[in-house]
Order: sequence, then C-alpha cells, then structure tokens
Amino acid sequence: MIPASFEYYRPKDIAGVLALLRDHGDDARVMAGGHSLIPMMKLRMAEVPHLIDLQDVAGLGGIEVGESSIRLGAMVTQTEIIGHDGLAQAAPILREAALQIADPQVRNMGTVGGNVANGDPGNDMPGLMQCLDAVFTLVGQDGERQVAAREFYDAAYMTAREDDEVLTAVTIPLPKGGHAYEKQKRKIGDYATAAAAVQITREGGSCTAASIAMTNLSDTPVFCEEAGAALVGTSVDTAALDAAVAAMQAAIDPSEDNRGPVEFKRHVAGVILRRAIERAWSRA
Amino acid sequence: MKDDVESREDRVGKLKGLGCSRKRVEDARFTQGKGNYVDDIKLDGMLFGDFVRSPYAHAKVVSINTEEALKVPGVLAVLTAKDLEPLGLHWMPTLAGDKQMVLADGKVLFQGQEVAFVVAEDRYAAADGIEAVEVEYEELPVLVNPFEALKSDVVLREDTVDENGAPKDGAHGPRKHHNHIFTWEAGDRETTEQVIGEAEVVATSDMYYHRTHPCPLETCGCVASMDKVNGKLTLWGTFQAPHAIRTVVSLISGIEEHNIRVISPDIGGGFGNKVGAYPGYVCSVVASIVTGKPVKWIEDRMDNLMTTAFARDYHMTGRISATKEGKITGLHCHVTADHGGFDACADPTKFPAGFMNICTGSYDIPTAYLEVEGVYTNKAPGGVSYRCSFRVTEAVYFIERMIEVLAIKLNMDAAELRRINFIRKEQFPYKAALGWEYDSGDYHTAWDKALKTVDYEGLRAEQAQRVEDFKAGKTRKLMGIGLSFFTEIVGAGPVKNCDILGLGMFDSCEIRIHPTGSAIARLGTISQGQGHATTFAQILASEIGLPADSITIEEGDTDTAPYGLGTYGSRSTPVAGAATALAGRKIRAKAQMIAAYLLEVHDDDVEFDVDRFVVKGAPERFKTMKEIAFAAYNQAIPGIEPGLEAVSYYDPPNMTYPFGAYVCVMDIDVDTGVPEIRRFYALDDCGTRINPMIIEGQVHGGLTEALAVALGQEIAYDDMGNVKTGTLMDFFLPTAWEVPNYETDHTVTPSPHHPIGAKGVGESPHVGGVPCFSNAVQDAFRAFGNVHTNMPHDHWRIWKTAHELGLHG
Repeated sequence: MIPASFEYYRPKDIAGVLALLRDHGDDARVMAGGHSLIPMMKLRMAEVPHLIDLQDVAGLGGIEVGESSIRLGAMVTQTEIIGHDGLAQAAPILREAALQIADPQVRNMGTVGGNVANGDPGNDMPGLMQCLDAVFTLVGQDGERQVAAREFYDAAYMTAREDDEVLTAVTIPLPKGGHAYEKQKRKIGDYATAAAAVQITREGGSCTAASIAMTNLSDTPVFCEEAGAALVGTSVDTAALDAAVAAMQAAIDPSEDNRGPVEFKRHVAGVILRRAIERAWSRA
Repeated sequence: MKDDVESREDRVGKLKGLGCSRKRVEDARFTQGKGNYVDDIKLDGMLFGDFVRSPYAHAKVVSINTEEALKVPGVLAVLTAKDLEPLGLHWMPTLAGDKQMVLADGKVLFQGQEVAFVVAEDRYAAADGIEAVEVEYEELPVLVNPFEALKSDVVLREDTVDENGAPKDGAHGPRKHHNHIFTWEAGDRETTEQVIGEAEVVATSDMYYHRTHPCPLETCGCVASMDKVNGKLTLWGTFQAPHAIRTVVSLISGIEEHNIRVISPDIGGGFGNKVGAYPGYVCSVVASIVTGKPVKWIEDRMDNLMTTAFARDYHMTGRISATKEGKITGLHCHVTADHGGFDACADPTKFPAGFMNICTGSYDIPTAYLEVEGVYTNKAPGGVSYRCSFRVTEAVYFIERMIEVLAIKLNMDAAELRRINFIRKEQFPYKAALGWEYDSGDYHTAWDKALKTVDYEGLRAEQAQRVEDFKAGKTRKLMGIGLSFFTEIVGAGPVKNCDILGLGMFDSCEIRIHPTGSAIARLGTISQGQGHATTFAQILASEIGLPADSITIEEGDTDTAPYGLGTYGSRSTPVAGAATALAGRKIRAKAQMIAAYLLEVHDDDVEFDVDRFVVKGAPERFKTMKEIAFAAYNQAIPGIEPGLEAVSYYDPPNMTYPFGAYVCVMDIDVDTGVPEIRRFYALDDCGTRINPMIIEGQVHGGLTEALAVALGQEIAYDDMGNVKTGTLMDFFLPTAWEVPNYETDHTVTPSPHHPIGAKGVGESPHVGGVPCFSNAVQDAFRAFGNVHTNMPHDHWRIWKTAHELGLHG
C-alpha cells in the first residue's frame, strides 16, 4: 500500500491547473478529496506521476442557493452539504443522500466534484445528480462547457470529461415535491448494494412528475426515465409501483460481487426503489 | 493519626483491589496518542523490509530475477530462499509441529505467500524494489476445497510423500493421503455409534464454520537489531508470547538464548493473530544480521488479511441422539479442518484440533465421539484461536447449533431442551465424555436468570404473533430469538498435558516491593488491550495490602520479565493471575514475620487485615504494609534476609471453565435480508470478578467480534484461490453504527482451584456470542421450516434463506 513516487502540485488558480494538465497530459491527474484516487495510487492500480491537488484553487468552493437553481462548487464537501441549512431547505435529498455516504471522516474530505467526476459506479452522487437533472461545468483548454449528468457517464471510470478538463461546478435546478434517497449497504463506509434516488411531485392524488435514478446496479448510474414515466398520472398505487419497478429492472445490469449475486441485487433494487417511491410520495 | 480513625471500608477502598472498577491506567497514554507500538520504534540507520508476494495460489517458482530491483535507489538487498537455505532458515517450524516456507522454496502454496524479501533504506524504496523483482511462475492446479484435496492426485507438499509418492507420517501420526495432515480423535467411537443407532430420536446437521480472520487494528510487524559488537539480538515485535518467540528464535537460529532479547511493546490487539511466528520475523532477523543494521517489517492491511493467521474453516458434521423427552444420549462430531498450505495452528502440541473436544458443551452427554481431520489446501496457513481458547468457538458453535437442530426435531423449545440437559450444579467437578473435567458451574441459575430478565415467555409469544402477522401479510419482518449457553475452557494450561513445542504452559510473576511501600510486578504474559497493568495490580493490592495505584505492572521484555507463555486463550488471569496472587502471598508471609518482630509478638499472633498486620485481639496494635516494607529493607531483623521480593511460577492443576447465558432478539427484513438487533443480553460467569468495568469492556468487544463473524466477516476465496475479501471494504469490521446496545449481567461461581477463584473472561463473549447471533437469524425462520443455514449471515445469505423458504412469494 505504498504509491509509486509522484510530483505533487498545489496550484492557486484554475489557470495553473490547466497549465499543468497541458504540460503533463495523461501523466497528470487532478485530485479533490482524494478518497478514490489515493487508494488507487497506493494499490498501484493508478499511476499518477503528476498529482494536482485542487485544495487551494480559488473559486471551486461555495454553495449558492438561487431562485431557480443551486450551484455547488466542485470542492464542496459532503460535510458542507450536510451542514448547510439553506440547501437542506431547498433540496433536502442532498443532505439525506450525503448522510448515507461513508462516515464523517470521509465526508469531511470527500467532495461533490470528486464524487461525480471519478465515474465510480459505486459513488452515490452521480445517480443523485441524474435524478436531479444536474449539469456539470467542465473547464478545459478551450474554455468552459456544460454537460448534463444524464449524459456524462459512459462506463465505469469513463465519462464525458476529457483528460485535460476539470469539473468545477454542479448546477441543479431547484427540485420540487417529495424526495427520498434509499440505500442498502452492508455497513458504514460501504458502497450500495442498491440505492435509489427519487424526486416526485403531485397534484391532488395524482403524480405529475417523477425522476428516478439507481446507484451501483450497472457500470454507470442508471437514470430510469421510463420508471419515472410509469408513475406520472397515477395515484402511485401498487400497479404503478410495479410498473416503475419493472421499468427500472429493464434498465439496470447488476453484476455479482461480495454483496451478492445478480438475482439478489435485482430483488433488493426493486424493494429499495419501492420504498424510495413510497417515502418520496408521502413527502410530495 | 489518620489511620487510626479510618474505617476498614475506607482502607479497602483505597487499595482499589479486587472487585473495584478501577479506571484503566493504560488509557492515559492511549487516549493521548502516546502509546508505543512496534511501528513507533525508530532506530538509527534502520532499514525497512517487505515482501514480494505470490499472485498465484499454487505455482512453481521457475526463477526469481532481482537484478532490476537491486538497481532501484535505496534498495540494498533482496533475499530469496536460496539465500536462507545455507542458514537452514528457508523453512521454519510452526507451532503445530509442521514446517512452513519462510520464502518460496521452488513453489508457492497460497496467494500472497512470501517469495522474496526486499531490504531498503525506507518503505517507499522497498515498495519500488518489490515492483522491480521479476518472478516467473508456472501455474499448478489449485485446491481450495479440502474434500477435493483429500481425493486429488495433486501433491501440495512434496515433503509429505516418500520417493515412491506414498504418504509419510505427519507430526500427529500417519497420513492417509498426501494432502492429509492428521486425524485426531476423542471419546468412544463404538459406544457412540451404538447409542445413536439405538436412539429414539437422532438429529443431524452439516455445518460450515467459515474462514475468518482476527484482524487486529495493528497489523503484525517487528524490528530486528543485531548488535555485531556484543552479539546480542534485540527483537521488538507484535508478539503475544515473547518468551516463546525468544526460545524459538534461539532454537532455529542457533543464537544462544541469553543473547536474544525479545520485546513486545504496546500491542494493538492480537486475538490470536500474533501468537505464531511469521516469515517477516525470520527475514528481518536475517536481514539485520546480513546488513548489520536494524530492520523493520510491518504488514499492511491486505498482507495481514491475506497471509497471516486466519481462524476457523471447519466443516463439521454432527449427529445428536436423545430420548423422546429430550434427554440427550449421545453426540458424534466429525470435522474436516482446512489448514491451508501449512499447518500453522497455535494449539498446545498434544491438541492438533485444540480443545474442540469441549464440544459436548454445557450438557450432560454420557457418550460422545469426535474426529478431526486436518487437510492441506491452497489457502493461507493458520487456524488460530480468534478470541477463543483453541477451537472452543468452533466447539461451542457446533453444540449450540446441534441443540437447536435437536429442538426442531423434537418440536421442543430450545431453552427447555438446554435446561433439561445442563450439567447439574451437584455434578461438578464434572468429567465430560470427551475427557475434560469441568471445575465448577451453576448453569441452571444463570439460565433462569437470563430467561427471566429478557422475559423469554413474552418474547416467544411476541414471536408467535409476528409469525401470524407475517402470514397474514401485515409485516415483512420476522423475529428471531437467539439463545446460547456456553462453557469455555481456558487457562492453558497444566504442564502435564499442555505445552507448545515442548514449552510448558505455566506462567509467572515476580514482585519487588520498594522500601517506601510501592512495588513493581513483572509477568510472563503481555497485554494487547486487556488492561493487565490495571487488573494485575488489583489482584496484588488485595493480596499484599498496598494500593493498586502504587504498583507498576510490567510485561513483554524477556530480559526483565520472568518466563511465561504469553497471552491468548484467556490464560492470563487463570495462569499468570494465579502466579501473581501466589507471589503476593509469599510477600505477605514474609511481611507477617517482620510485623510480628516489630510488634514483639509471635508470628501466629498477628493476622492480615486489608493493608496491615494486626495483633490478634488488639486491633489498635498494628504495622501497615508500608511500614513493614520500610523495615524489610532498613531494619536488621534477626533470622530474616533483607528485602521484600517474591517470584512464583504457576502450573495450574486444571483449566478453568467460565460460562454464560446469552439472548439475542433480532428483527429480519425478509425482503432485503437486513437484520436488526433489537436486544442483546449477556450473562457471564467468570468466577471472581477482578474489575467489573474491564469485564464489561471485554464483553462488549467480544460480542462485537462475534457479531462480525456471525453476520458477515469472512475470508473468501474464488476457485482459483484468489482472496475475495482482502480489504476492509469487503472484510466486515463493525463500527459503532452496526453495534447494538449490549446488556451485561453476571453470576459468580468461583473456580475452586484458582487462588482467587477467577476464570478469565476475554474470550467468553466471542465464544458465546457467535452462536447466539447465528441462532437468532436461524430461529427467525424456524417457523417456516429452516433447520440450519451457514454463517456468515450477511444480507444476501439471509435473503437466500428467505427466498429458498418461499417467503418472497
């Protein structure tokens, strides 16, 4: 568990980061909280001759709750999300999900940007951001561009971000209605056996919109558009729940690991989604 | 004078002796980060060594090329088996009478096996050097299943066969197959078969007690420093038995024992993982001798989980017979024990399956037979006693499952079945069918107290209602009531039958009283978190009448501590604790003579009273122990040598037999397989209680490790012998979040043969806890036809049980 030797950089601004990325190409990686990258380096599964620490880069922090959207700087930690009352008011699902990530020590270091940018299918924030239809801001040599969370993930650790780009912010349209982040895990600190993010609105007894995304049930987060659609216009009764779960089952592709075989994960995914929808609906 | 008016109660209180919840004296340093662990040791010029490890579970090592590694800046040497062979150190003896490769001698037998030892200026250079060593392997067929290993033509260990390929005798008798290590029997096979054959009721079960790992927070490591000027080797290490390590090092290296100093500094948990000897120790010593510099070796977490001593891996088959009324008549147990590539169990030599023959448990079972077969496979060596006394965890799990299985067969309440079969109080000392003599016990009292406290009848009624509600579709949660009643066998042990590689398992204490009335006591044991510095001072305080706060306890340095066999198997209190009490009594005997002289009366006319000797019938005439200590050094007393010191070596007449009654109440989500522990009640009877607070802490810790093992902690292998659970992501170590609130309780049945009646407690909660958690899971499904499912009961396996019972519709 000793990494190979590497150069360590701690630039003060994004221009400095981009310059280092330009100079070192594939040999450089940016690091936010480091909770994914450093273990990979220690296991010598990631070779990073040039490590660029983003801790001192200006302008990457901050939580802004606006009229219609929320902006989270990439370096906002899970702990900051949990502790921000305005955010909890505007988008309570963020706190609910962040509290289910790892443990307080990890959450003190772990960032939103790192969590969404790394492309680890076990991370909770990517699915959550797909549920919330967040947009990621990427800054590269040619300036800035926006990529929707729902378009960002190609495969495990493969994302729309280019090697010389830095994810600097996450923008979330203000969520409406009821929410739930439901996660089954073996223990504190574990990735999900299955997790579901649900945001749902209602008028009277009828569902008007539903957004659903699943975590750790495929090599990317799984935004289940059809599962959400199955709820719209219904009273979220048993038949609607069944339809949503069936639609979700068609979208996920879990693989066997120490958490259990595929059959178990599929079953749990259904149970978790059902519970998440019911809880979100009760809050809508 | 203040003493004159002080009440006897006040004087007793000041001593902080037996029965006092004295705060742990160790915690001042540990809570401030001031502990001194092996990895804290830094010596001038110290080098760092680390291993090239095998990625394969079974392979021929065709070649090892160290050329590139030696070019890595900071790398000084790379040791291979070829370098160790001339010293005869390429293999080393194990504590089980087998031998183990120190470095791969032509082949590897498990993933992670030590292949080469890279010595460098620091651990970073060593890691780079490891990357640069080129090893060519030729893969061989992998055997991970012991039943297949016993049938396979593949010879795992060439040293097990003669030139014609026929199996040679092993350390414990004939081999019946080249991958067979030993067969060990206890009890009467013929009568047991007969009793079971003729029985009214017979219940059977196959159960696998999975492979797990003690996983102490501090991994194993050492620092070896050979002083070439004076010829002295100093070895700091995470040793649970420093004296045994010194003797073993001397025997295998040829260095005279007086030239070896072994020091166990603070140890961050052992749980059996740190009893045996590891290749890292040998390589560090050799590297220090070769380089003339101190060499440190420290495992990382993956090394620890994948290569140092595992625990359990017992495939057990049981048959239990009874009358229709539930009186047990016979028990048959067969075990296939997977030992991995080398038999590196840490058991007393005459007991290759440890104390597995305590598997008749707490029950009066007239006839029993046990057979254990040890087998080699392509897994890491070990088989140590993870927080238990030599396979007692396996034994208690076995019998506590067999009782449940029998209760199902008899359609009887499992608590009642236990009650009618307990060894009765008046039967002690009780000679069990498999050979042990239980020293004392009062099982019925403990059981009744436990069941009453948890309102057992009420729980069963609630459970029955829950089953109805479940069937009616009102709930998706089932309720399990886990019961266990365990008898431990600890305090190894009487030298007549307990030794490790010929070293008798006595222990020792040496006491020096200082002139001003404080003291130092040194023992042959070594604390790894048990709080010896706190509790042994309490034993002494009560024995010699000096405050525990004025007594320093020192362990772990073989140059200063008396010889002893160390700390594991809950043996410290039963053995070294007894030595401490007896050494204290020697002090007191001399003090009595001094007191009598000072008080100008006959020896027989003074008696000990808390902290002083008083003249019988005249309590106002006394000498305190403090005064006596001063006189012992500073007053010429005719016929008495100056000084006040004593040493005692204690060879216990018998083992001690702590016991306990545990109840766990669990709710299980049938759809997700998630268990929720609603209640856990633990009644322990460890005899005389030295420090109730420390006992409670021990119970909490042992139960937590029991929860871990029962609910998810395992070392799992795939078919290729790859370890699937080599990190703490997959290897379950519970945190505060996963741990329930524990209710602790006790009864006190002192050991009749121990000087203060104490029995040991550190491992009881683990031994009793594992079956209790497991029984709770299994009991939840009893109403739906479950008889037995194997641990670990992680979410998916619980879900699988529910699924197979048709509970998912």
